[in-house]
Amino acid sequence: MADPQLVMYEEEFVQIQQVCDKLIRDANALVVFIVDKNGQLIATSGDYEHLDTTSLASLTAGNIAATGGMAKLLKENEFATQFHEGEKQNIHIQIVGQRVILVVIFDERSSLGLVRLRVRKANEHLNDIFESLLRKVQDPSIGNSPFAEITDEDIDNLFND
Amino acid sequence: MSFINYSSREINCKIVYYGPGLCGKTTNLQYIYNRTSPTAKGKMISLATETERTLFFDFLPLSLGEIRGFKTRFHLYTVPGQVFYDASRKLILKGVDGVVFVADSQIERMEANLESLENLRYNLQEQGYDLDKIPYVIQYNKRDLPNVASVEELKSLLNPSDVVPDFEASAPNGMGVFDTLKAVAKLVLTELKRGR
Ligand SMILES: Nc1nc2c(ncn2[C@@H]2O[C@H](COP(=O)(O)OP(=O)(O)OP(=O)(O)O)[C@@H](O)[C@H]2O)c(=O)[nH]1
Ligand SMILES: [Mg+2]
Repeated sequence: MADPQLVMYEEEFVQIQQVCDKLIRDANALVVFIVDKNGQLIATSGDYEHLDTTSLASLTAGNIAATGGMAKLLKENEFATQFHEGEKQNIHIQIVGQRVILVVIFDERSSLGLVRLRVRKANEHLNDIFESLLRKVQDPSIGNSPFAEITDEDIDNLFND
Repeated sequence: MSFINYSSREINCKIVYYGPGLCGKTTNLQYIYNRTSPTAKGKMISLATETERTLFFDFLPLSLGEIRGFKTRFHLYTVPGQVFYDASRKLILKGVDGVVFVADSQIERMEANLESLENLRYNLQEQGYDLDKIPYVIQYNKRDLPNVASVEELKSLLNPSDVVPDFEASAPNGMGVFDTLKAVAKLVLTELKRGR
């Protein structure tokens, strides 16, 4: 297949969540979330209960994909950072390790400068975490997919209601 | 490519509806959206032109239930069928786990069906996928219209070896819509079971 399978384990998830929680505080942001480039939400932090994070994740990935397509046409590698300014809220988007996307939503209680600064730090941490995660995923000695064991019946049962 | 999350005990898969312009891809998702209970679906997002042609993609998140303690979630996407949106189609195929090719059964759309199917095969290849090896089903849509080709004709054109599961459909009234979805979802899960 084109890319290695994306897998998230408890250990790395906790680390990623900690980075997000810290970033929220340090950047004085409203919401922080991490999406993989295919639009799957990986972690969320902050005041997101009222937000449709699934939709946001898919649109973020679409946005990054479109920008990446533009970069290619310009023979750029990628546009790693994006910033969208609204009337009340702003969105800062950062590609981490070519694989995942870090999104920070903030308002006038923070500033672009502060967010940029804190994102840089978080970016380094996340890079390390995702690298070790990738190594783990590619390590054949670590247990197989839980789906190796499922039966045709399990699959059929999903569709019986 | 599917995403297994041991932390939240979820498995996420991506299914893409492909096919020529106006063949009924968006209509498939709309029908699924309308007939799915609110607890099993998220919001449907359509990035469309003012004339309701898909501009970038439609997106519909569905959750199907649990397998062995893992919530199974499917993200359904459609591509824009119009020929000149090819760059966008390529982007949406990234990370795909399963493909539905929606064919337009009307006789005058046969050329467009063939072109779109070739385009699908080519764009998948560019990403390192082989249409013959990934979970894939075909839907012959618009069966309710008078000017349609016979299923035999469609098969000989789009599914000549007859190894791809195929379904007749009429998306606005739902005929064949869930059969198609279930078939591709099953293939995706079966592929996961094999662990690729
Ligand atoms: N009679 C009939 N009309 C259909 C059927 N499926 C779709 N349509 C109609 O065909 C038109 C186009 O359908 P869409 O679902 O928007 O087509 P699409 O494939 O998403 O088109 P693009 O976004 O341009 O790629 C709409 O007016 C639908 O109502 C069908 O099975 N029978
Ligand atoms: Mg459409």
